[in-house]
Amino acid sequence: MADAKRIERPLSPHLQIYRWQVPMLTSILTRITGHALVAGVLLGVWWLLAAATSEDYFATADAVATSWFGDLVFTGSLWAVWYHYLAGLRHLYYDSGHGLDIPTAEKLGWACIIGSVVLTVITILLVQ
Amino acid sequence: MRYLTPRKRAEGKGAGHAGTEHHWSMMVSAVGLAFLVPAWLYVFGKALGAPREVVLDTFARPFPAILTALVLVVGMRHFAMGATTMIEDYARGTARKMLVIFVISLAWLIAATGLFALARIAL
Repeated sequence: MADAKRIERPLSPHLQIYRWQVPMLTSILTRITGHALVAGVLLGVWWLLAAATSEDYFATADAVATSWFGDLVFTGSLWAVWYHYLAGLRHLYYDSGHGLDIPTAEKLGWACIIGSVVLTVITILLVQ
Repeated sequence: MRYLTPRKRAEGKGAGHAGTEHHWSMMVSAVGLAFLVPAWLYVFGKALGAPREVVLDTFARPFPAILTALVLVVGMRHFAMGATTMIEDYARGTARKMLVIFVISLAWLIAATGLFALARIAL
């Protein structure tokens, strides 16, 4: 036990030479969307703070939040939150020991991609 | 001949410490957010773009106020822990420690600012 052998294991090839596949794309997108969401949260919290502070401050924050820039951040965040939501549910499903075979994993990946776009459109229509 | 002991080689590379606790905590907050977020998106989406009086009225009501507070606290904990994992994957040494401290602080700052705004509106 004390002299555990050091095994020379093959190194994984560089990421660039892999063909992109649905499971790897949807996996990294989970992390990207989760972290990018902080932008939407920052803008939303700033807008709420401005609403709580004064009429003038709200006018400034609301102008930014409802500008093309605000629309871009919030629409992007909306898709990101729905994507992260579905991918998170998929993680919980994986953790219960299901859906790990390749055909199912690919279907679940597509479900995350298509589902997030559909839910984004539904939400926009609902809050219009 | 390597003079490193097996323990020295293994340290910092494997499971153990608080890994399972961290994972469980992420699962709990994920399930919590799965219930909170759809309702909150509706509340926030309806308020966004509305005049200030409507915004103040919305977040002064108990349901939107409590919901937003929960999304902020649970969401920012979820973010801080997820970001910590990402940093642990990509950064080492002092940079790792500084980045972890930064994201945890940022998460608390956002949560505290949001809660302050809510308190001012709702109370």
